[in-house]
Amino acid sequence: MLEPLLAVKGLRKNFGALKVTDNVDLNVQKGEIHALIGPNGAGKTTLIHQLSGNLRSDAGSVVFAGQDITRLGMAERVHLGLARSFQITSILDGFSVLENVAMAVQARSGSSFRFFRDASREDEINIQANKALARVQLADRAYRRAGSLSHGEKRQLEIAIALATGARLLLLDEPLAGTGHEESAVLVELMRSLRGSHTLVLIEHDMDAVFSLADHVSVLVYGSVIASGEPSTVRSHPDVRAAYLGEEEIA
Amino acid sequence: MSEAVTPATTSIMETTAERQPLLSRLAPWLVFGLFAAVPLLAHAINDSFILVIATRMLIFALAALSLNLIMGYGALVSFGHAAYIGIGAYAVGILSSYGINDLLLQIAAALVVAGLFALVTGYLSLRTSGVYFIMITLAFGQMAFFFMVSLSAFGGDDGMSLSGRSTLLGADLLADNLALFYGVLIILAAAFLLMRTLVASRFGRVLRGTRDNPTRMRAIGFSPFAFQLTAYVIAGMIAAVAGVLLANQVQFVSPAYMTWARSGELIVMVVLGGMGTLLGPIIGATVFILLEDVLAHFSEHWKLGLGLILVLVVLGSRDGMSGLARRLRGGSDA
Ligand SMILES: Nc1ncnc2c1ncn2[C@@H]1O[C@H](COP(=O)(O)OP(=O)(O)O)[C@@H](O)[C@H]1O
Ligand SMILES: [Mg+2]
Repeated sequence: MLEPLLAVKGLRKNFGALKVTDNVDLNVQKGEIHALIGPNGAGKTTLIHQLSGNLRSDAGSVVFAGQDITRLGMAERVHLGLARSFQITSILDGFSVLENVAMAVQARSGSSFRFFRDASREDEINIQANKALARVQLADRAYRRAGSLSHGEKRQLEIAIALATGARLLLLDEPLAGTGHEESAVLVELMRSLRGSHTLVLIEHDMDAVFSLADHVSVLVYGSVIASGEPSTVRSHPDVRAAYLGEEEIA
Repeated sequence: MSEAVTPATTSIMETTAERQPLLSRLAPWLVFGLFAAVPLLAHAINDSFILVIATRMLIFALAALSLNLIMGYGALVSFGHAAYIGIGAYAVGILSSYGINDLLLQIAAALVVAGLFALVTGYLSLRTSGVYFIMITLAFGQMAFFFMVSLSAFGGDDGMSLSGRSTLLGADLLADNLALFYGVLIILAAAFLLMRTLVASRFGRVLRGTRDNPTRMRAIGFSPFAFQLTAYVIAGMIAAVAGVLLANQVQFVSPAYMTWARSGELIVMVVLGGMGTLLGPIIGATVFILLEDVLAHFSEHWKLGLGLILVLVVLGSRDGMSGLARRLRGGSDA
């Protein structure tokens, strides 16, 4: 097997006595869409926090593109090419939609210790930001206040921001959460179109989306990976069926 | 002010995504124009005290403008900002006691000392956030205050009287109250334009983004600390210039400029005028000095009246208490 783009070994996180991440091993291959599923409270978001550097791990290691990033902060990991989106929408409500994305482009476009030129008029940055917006079909919303977008549009903006960081590995925490049917279709198509250019770790509850997109599925229950493999094998795994009993039908 | 004003204004309009009405674009011209006309009023009604009050307004407007950079655009509520006014004032007092009266030298010394003090104390303070940031800046401010109180060579508790105003390249330009007034007005206008440019720049955008959502900023690759520290240093240096001007106006320097109560007044000025707006602190300082003067005529307990007015403003403004609370919580939201 090829060396994975992201290799997680023995990762742990406790909140008091609660083992939220319990000895997680995970390999994400370059170019794949790797779905991470599991019931509510399984520790998926916590794992994303640890992988993105938002939360320090108690033990274990995270290796990205051959480099040990276990001790790096969120900002440093983004510069190496690993970005994330948030389950609870986290955007700059008071800024325009374009500036939300332009900010991410600015972060990788030379020093931001520039004090005199008007940042909102930097064409290079705005052009790239507009491209990311077009990719999530938000181009016509560029000059709206981000806080005034509909919920679904905010989810699209989350992804545009992650794309605009220039990262090649995206950790997407329930990108479809709370979206309507049409918005969700747009997002699913978008994620499909990212195959080839990006590697995705996708947390999602919508099983139709998961099984239509994923190359690889890992199942997290009580902080442990109980199954990991091709979608068809995971779907028929007895432990997975047991874990999901009464939760949600695995279609 | 020059033609350069127009493009900067339009760009800010774009960044806020919603077109601003004509009135708010004209507001700076209105405010600075009215101030420029104050000497005419003073002349017309033959009351030179108006000029003294107006100069004081401009000086505190400069200090409030600087505080607004960190407080309004950075959500960093410093309760020790008056220390920088003191540093600027003592740069004048101490240097002139050694016979160095040149304004430019005094300003240079004020900028260097204030910059270094801000760098060190900011480096330590910015490791905390929210209420802890307020407390630690308060502590550093009081430290500076007690240091000057204990420095008996330069007047200690009693302060020091100056024998005259600073000179500019040997000329006694500021001796006249009118000249001082316009000098201060020009400096404030320059600081206003600088602030407008800073806020719209890459640097200012990172500062504003961090104010609104630090986690989001880290998630796109920014490390806010260095930006916040830079803003803290710039704010301290500008406040020190206000101190230089204050010492010149009253020709007296004292630790009383640096107390926590003075820092609190600066916060009040910024809140009164509207945090995070460019003109807000100028208007806030003007109103504050006016109230101080007017209310003091009626009652010794004028600060009680001011307190009531402030409560009404904060409750009444759209941002209101929630906006204040959000800023006080600082960068703790995830
Ligand atoms: N900061 C925290 N402190 C204490 N417990 C937490 C914290 N964050 C999450 N948890 C707990 O950890 C468990 C996993 O949460 P989370 O990672 O959000 O799960 P998921 O995203 O899979 O729904 C839950 O029981 C949750 O209550
Ligand atoms: Mg979650």
